[in-house]
Formats: sequence, C-alpha cells, structure tokens
Amino acid sequence: MTLVAYFRSLTEGIFRRSRIEHDLEEELRSHVEHRADHLASSGLDRAEAERRARAEFGAQLRYKEECREELRGNFFETLGQDIRYSARVLRKAPGFTVVAVLTLAFAIGANAVVFGVLNGLILRPLNVPQAQSLYEIDWGAEKSGWHSYPDYLDLRDRNRSFESLAAFSISNVAMDTGSNPSSNWVYQTSGNYFDALDLQPYLGRFFHAADERGPNSAPYIVLSYSFWQSRFQSDRSVVGRIVSLNKHPFTILGIAPQDFHGTVLFFVPDFYVPMVNQEQIDGDTTLNIRSTRWIIGIVGHLKPHITPEQATSDLGSVGAYLEKNYPKEDGQMRFSLSRPSLVGDFLGRPVRAFVAGLMLLAGLILLAACANLGSLFAARAADRSREIALRLSLGSSRSRILRSLFTEAGLISLAGGALGTWGSFLLLNRLTVWQPFPRFPISMPIKPDASVMLVAFLLAVISGILFGLVPVRQLLRVDPYQVVKAGSAAGPGRRITARDLLLVVQIAICAVLVTSSMVAIRGLARSLHSSFGFDPSQAVLADANAKMAGYVGDAALLMQKRMIAALESIPGVKSVGLVDTPPLTMGGTTTLIFNENNADPRPSNAATQAFMYHISPDYFHAAGTSMLAGRSVNWHDDKNAPLVAVVNREFAVKVYGSVETSLGKYFKRRDGKRIQVVGVVEDGKYLSLTEDQKAAMFLSVAQYPMNEAWLVVRSNSDSQQLAAGIQHALRSLDPQLPIFIETWDTALNGALFASRIATIALGVLGVMGAILSITGIFGMAAYSVSKRLKELGIRIALGARRKEVLDAALGRAVKLLAFGSAAGLALGLLATRVLAYIVYQATPRDPLVLTGVVLSMALVGLVATWIPAQRALSLDPLTLLREE
Amino acid sequence: MADQAQLLPGTLDLLILKAVSLGPLHGYGILLRIGQISDRALLIEQGALYPALFRLVRQGLLKANWGKSDNNRRAKFYELTLAGRKRLKEETDGWKRLASAIASALAASPEES
Repeated sequence: MTLVAYFRSLTEGIFRRSRIEHDLEEELRSHVEHRADHLASSGLDRAEAERRARAEFGAQLRYKEECREELRGNFFETLGQDIRYSARVLRKAPGFTVVAVLTLAFAIGANAVVFGVLNGLILRPLNVPQAQSLYEIDWGAEKSGWHSYPDYLDLRDRNRSFESLAAFSISNVAMDTGSNPSSNWVYQTSGNYFDALDLQPYLGRFFHAADERGPNSAPYIVLSYSFWQSRFQSDRSVVGRIVSLNKHPFTILGIAPQDFHGTVLFFVPDFYVPMVNQEQIDGDTTLNIRSTRWIIGIVGHLKPHITPEQATSDLGSVGAYLEKNYPKEDGQMRFSLSRPSLVGDFLGRPVRAFVAGLMLLAGLILLAACANLGSLFAARAADRSREIALRLSLGSSRSRILRSLFTEAGLISLAGGALGTWGSFLLLNRLTVWQPFPRFPISMPIKPDASVMLVAFLLAVISGILFGLVPVRQLLRVDPYQVVKAGSAAGPGRRITARDLLLVVQIAICAVLVTSSMVAIRGLARSLHSSFGFDPSQAVLADANAKMAGYVGDAALLMQKRMIAALESIPGVKSVGLVDTPPLTMGGTTTLIFNENNADPRPSNAATQAFMYHISPDYFHAAGTSMLAGRSVNWHDDKNAPLVAVVNREFAVKVYGSVETSLGKYFKRRDGKRIQVVGVVEDGKYLSLTEDQKAAMFLSVAQYPMNEAWLVVRSNSDSQQLAAGIQHALRSLDPQLPIFIETWDTALNGALFASRIATIALGVLGVMGAILSITGIFGMAAYSVSKRLKELGIRIALGARRKEVLDAALGRAVKLLAFGSAAGLALGLLATRVLAYIVYQATPRDPLVLTGVVLSMALVGLVATWIPAQRALSLDPLTLLREE
Repeated sequence: MADQAQLLPGTLDLLILKAVSLGPLHGYGILLRIGQISDRALLIEQGALYPALFRLVRQGLLKANWGKSDNNRRAKFYELTLAGRKRLKEETDGWKRLASAIASALAASPEES
C-alpha cells in the first residue's frame, strides 16, 4: 500500500468512521443471526441458538479490532515488520552490510560535498535583494571585468538598461584608531554602491552619490559587520567616530548588513570607502586616466522588463561611442554581461566548468556505486532464491517479498546517506573556516545548509530505488517449484546481461577518473618543478607599504632606500630587492609596448603586451632571477637619467628577434617616451602557472617611484628568525608602518591553489572509483566462480590446464575490464582538455600517464580477481563431485 | 474433530477466494461453502473470517454490497473482482505445484537418494 493511499484511507476513515463502525457492527450481528437461524432450524430453541452462535463466533472485540486494522491498512505495522526483518537479515550478513553502507556513504558524501561547493559558489546568488537581476559588465574577448574610472562614468551615464551602475575596487589600507595601525582590506566603491545594490545599513547610514563632490571629497567609511564585531567589539557608538586611513581622517558613517560580504563571493572586505578618495587610499590617483583599468567590477540591477540581450546591445552602443572617441585607450570595447559573485566570467567560467565537471564525476561515482550495489543485491537475491521460494510457497505474496527486499535497500541507502551526509558536513564546515591564503580575507561561503541535506537525502532514496530495482526482475521469475527441486544451479547465460553492461560502464567511469587524476597529479608535479623565472625557496617577502605611513612619491622612494639599507644590515641576509608586485602572488600589471618609431599608440598597433614591474637594482639577485645579457637597473637610473628597462627573453625575441640584438634598442609605451633596453633576464611565470609564455619588462623604481612595494629578502637564516629581524628593523625606521611578512613559498600557494584543489579532488574521486571497480569486478568474478564450481571441477577432472581453468572462470570478467578500461581511457583523454585550464601543462599525451592508467587498471583487475582466481585454481574435483 | 486440519498461514485467503468464485456470498455463507467444499476437513474460527474479508476487499480482490439473504435478513455479499479472479488462478497454480513437489518429495523411497 502506498503512503498516499494510506493517508487517503486514513482521512476517509475519520470522516466515515461512524458509518463503518455501524456497518461492521451490523455485518457481525448479521453473521451471528444467520448462524442462529441455522442452529434453530436444526431444533434448538431460539435463545439457546443465539447464545451458542455468539460463542462460536469467538472474541468479537478482537476480531472487530482486527477488521478495523485491516480497513485502515496497517502500513506502518508492516513497515515496522519489514524493517525489523530486514535489520535482522542485514545483521546476519555484516560484511555485506558494511561494504554496502560504506560504498554508499562515500558516494553520497562525495556528491554532498561537491553539491555544497556548487551550491555555495555558483547556485547561491550574492546576498543582495533581487540578486537575479544583478549583472556585472565585462569587456573584450577575455571577458575582463577590469575598467577605468572614466569608462565607468561613461557606462553609468550613457546606458539605458540599468537602474544604476556601481563600481568597486579592492585595496589595502592602514587604519589607525589611535593605537597599533593595522593593514586592512577595503572596497573602494562608487558613491551609489549601496543604493545601487538596494541595501539598508545595519546601523548609522551609508554614503550616497550626492556625497561625491570631486577628488577626496568624501572621507567616509562604512564598516562590514564582521569587522565591526572584531575590531570595534560591536560598539554602537562607533558611528560618527573619526579614524585615520593612511594618516588621513575618515568618518565612520555606519555598518553594512550582517549577511552582506561585498560583491566578490569569497573576498570579505573590512570596510567600504568612496573611490573618489582614491588618492588618500592608494597614494596616487587614476581617476582621470582612461587607460588604467583598476576597477574590479561594475555591477547593477537591470531595469524591469529589460532582458540581458537588450542590455548587451545597449552597452554595445556605449562601446562604439568609447571606441570612436578614445581610440588610443579604448580600442576594442565589446561589452558583455555576466553574473557577479565570481569576478564575472573571468574567474566564474573556469570555476563553473570545474565544479560542474566535478559534479558530473561525483554523479558518475554514485551511479557506479548503485551499479555495484545492484549487482551485490542481485547476487544475494540469487543466493537467497531458496529462502524466497520457501517464503513464496508458504503463502507470502511476491509483492510482500519485493517490499522486504526494498526495505533492505532502503535501510542501506538511508544508513549510507546519513553517514555520507555527516561526513560531508564535517568536511564542508572545515572548508568554510579554511584560510588558504593568510594575507587575504578569504572565506568560502560553502557552509552546508538544508539544501545540501535535502539533496543527500534525495540521492540516498533514488540510489536505494535504483539498486533495489536490479533484482526485481530476477525475483519475479522465481518459480518455487523449480528452485526447490533443482537447487540454485542455474547456469550462467552466454549473452550479455544488464549486469555486464553496468560493470563495463563502471569500469569506464573508474578509468576516466584515474586518467584525469593522473593527468592532474602529473601537471601539479610538473608545475612544482617548473622554472618560475625566480627561486622562491629561501626568499622572504615583506610588505612594507610606505604609503600607509604617509610616504608618497619621492618620499616613498627615500623611505624604500632606507628600508633596503636597514634589511641589508641584518646578519645572514644575502641581498634585498624591491618590487611593486612579486610575480605569481597577486596579479600583475600589463602595459602595451610600441616600436620606437611608431607614432600612433592605439592598441592595434602595439608590438606586444608585457607585464610591467618596478624594481630596485638588487631585485634580480634577491629573487634568484638570472641575467642573460646586459645589466640590471641601478640607482643612477633616476629621474635625471635616460629611461631604461630590463626585459625578459620572450620580450627580446618577440620585439627584436633575439636576446643579443635587443641590448641598447629602444621601445615606447603609450606615453611616447623612449625606453632603452639595458639587460635581458630569463623567462618566468607572472600571473599564473598555466599561462603561455608572456613578455615582461622591469623598470627602475628610481625613475618610476612606487608607493606600494614589496621587499624581497634572500638569506640563509631561518625564516622565522629572519621575519622577526625584518619586523624589528622596519619598526625602528617608522613605528607606524604596518608590516606583513611571509615566505615566497607560502605566497605561491595562491598560484598553485587551483591545481592543488583540482588534483586533490580528482585524486579522491579516482581512488573511490578504483575501489568501486575493484568491489564490482570482485563481486562479479567471485559470483561467477561460485556459480560454476561444478563445471570447473569437471574441467579440472578432465585435465584442463590452469590457464584454461582461469580462462573459463574469469575470462568474462577480464574481457569486461579490458573493454571498460579502453573506453574509459579514451573518454578520460577527452575530459583532460577541460583540465588544461586549471592544471599546468595538463596533457593526456604523456607516455607516463598512459602507462600509469594502464598499469593501475591492470592492478585493479588483479586485486579484484585474485581471490576468485585462487578459489578456481584450488578446486579439488573429487571433493566437489562427492558433494553432489 | 480429530480429522480436522489446522489451516496453513496464508491459505485462508485462497479458500475465501475459491468459495466466492462460485457466486456472491455473505460472510456466514462463505463459511458454510468452505466447510462444504472441504468436506468439513478445515477448521476456521468464525470470527477470523472477517479480518481476512476486509483485507481482501482492501487489496481489491473482493467487492462487497449490502443485500437480502435467503433468510430475509440484511447481509453483506462478497464477490470476486477481476483482480481477485486472476489472483485465485495464480495462487491455485502455485499451490498445486508446491503440493505435488512436496508430495513427490515425501513419496520418494530410500533407494533413490
């Protein structure tokens, strides 16, 4: 009886109770009267006949109650019986039960974890009202979300599709509330930011567009809720207080809502300031420069009834306007829309592709697990055919037997699901508080919620039904007569069964997983040992942001020279260099390079695009970058000297043809000033490990002063000790300097993060896939050996050799394995193309990977068939035949 | 009553289906019919019939209607539904096979094993 029917009869029962009671009453009375009539007709007097009829009927109350129970349908009672029975059966087969529950727990757990990540990073929108109409504007073929402030103003004022457009950027700033300045992460936003997002302050007020009246006109702060808690201990009187940012006074206006964490999903800022005050925050201003794209994202709600397509074509006209009026800066402005949250499509696309791929793999794992459990159940049902035949012949209905088998499947799937969900919650909670990069306020918003639990539960139910269904057909064909007579020796058919297909699919899935995890592991190993163009070991990075202590421009340069001198005097330090952004740590700046004699600096005329670094003379020593030709910059390359640059090999080859010919040559940037190449260094990685070789150039910090710079310190001494020394030396120069120190190796974690995560995830899934395959093949091989014991015994008795016995016993399993592996390998090679976005040099055409996959699948096969093979070989035909 | 046999579990339903298959009957009529077709060899407590009847109705194998009996009393008459007829046939076949299997098993003589 289905649950629905049960509830229907229950409700009907309530409404019709009195009528049914009446009916029942009357029917039983009618029975007794009929009996009494019968007895009376044989000569008893009426009173005696009625007394005897009542007595013969038996316990009326009891039967009435039983009738009522039958009427209600004893769904829960039978369910209870089934559960008790199934639990007893499962307890009797602990090995089977544990394997089945664990298999399912792992498969469902993996799915729940991946779904949790998917849910947190992709499905769940940003915490803003009407998030579904919120879009981010990207441009160009790379879907870059970076914009310049003048472009933002044009977009904001010229579009006709958005309610209003807000811009934001991320910076690092020193906040001083009177003691102990701290380095904090801040969103610089357009004045309309909070209004465009439709947010209401938790406390106090927000700043608005009307507060912006030119550069540095809006010295206001809105604190994030969590920063307000941690830094100000939720002090409500903080609203209206004046604090200093980089030694400039700013007023705290209010607190942002508790669940609002900015418009980049996993980056939680400490507070928000208007971007018109950029000069005070960043030390210099690029508000008027159209070619400097420092705004991370432009977001806004579409107007009602405007589709994204309409908005895109509207933005197209703004782009055409920009191209026409600012050909130098905005050569190709084709705008597109994307979902905000993951820095638009730039980060969003690979993350979405990867998580979707993982979800698919996890789904395949679950399917494989179901296939496995299905064949386990089918094998068990076959072994239990005697018991089932007995139950059938004793009057149990087939549906009742099926139901009890389904109850078994249900118990196992629920236990597995519960265990898997528990594990995934543990893991997801760990991931939520995980801080992969100590420098950045990263938070993974993947706290498991009810939806994860619901999905896990649904998956458990579905998989329970799936693998519970496998033995049904087999059961429906059970013929008690045949089974009782002939025992369970039904010979295996030669044709391909559904179970064989399941197994091939499962092996193929396993091979896909093994292939992709091997490719990922190879790629990761390679990227760890590849040449970065610098040597991160034994190098410590110190972020001593001169601008935060109020040093700007030439004052910053002077301060930086003093810092270098101070650090060089620390014992054990070999060399100290200065660089504005260390490669592979936190992005980089690119600039367009033009030939010396080019007169029209529009983007399409550029000779190349190069990463641009500003360095001190000793930087290459400190970084461990080797000079190929020429010299490094030196302190004499200052404002009074001609402009010089060191370029990398790629730059030299691309622009001048070779390293040798490049020395002494000139190039220009967009500003038209000639810069002479004085040296060439080796190639390196700059933004990510997976990037193609890029051109790079290094300018003298004495010619282009930088307010923000990192000190690179190379030494022999222990990094902990060195860090203390650096801290002390810098504090004694200026106690107000906020300092952040980490080893370059640690800083590299960011660059390796994606490929590490990919490798771990694929590795875990690959191991799970292999285990599932082993149990699947083992189950099938063991089953086929035990089913054919008699045949094998006869073969041995007739003088079959070991090879022939093995062939007969396991040939089918081995064939399935080979077929599945080949299919899986081919699919896996296709799948790794996706991986190439994330993992360094992920190429499937790697002999080591191919051999590795073949070997591991062979190992899987060997492990899985070892025991059944031993059993087949050790058969003693005499014992066997005697037993028959 | 020494020659009366206890019912095997599950067989009451089969007997009821069989009894009703010959024409609509009320509860007491079914009892009489079972007694008649089994030569009074089977013992059923009268009240135990009703839970079984209610179960078969719920399973859709029987349907019930109120009517007048031969004694001119109001009584509830049961008859087979289509599903009931099908079930009766299946159960009968299954029962026959089992019975003959057990019979031949019991009839086997020692030399054959």
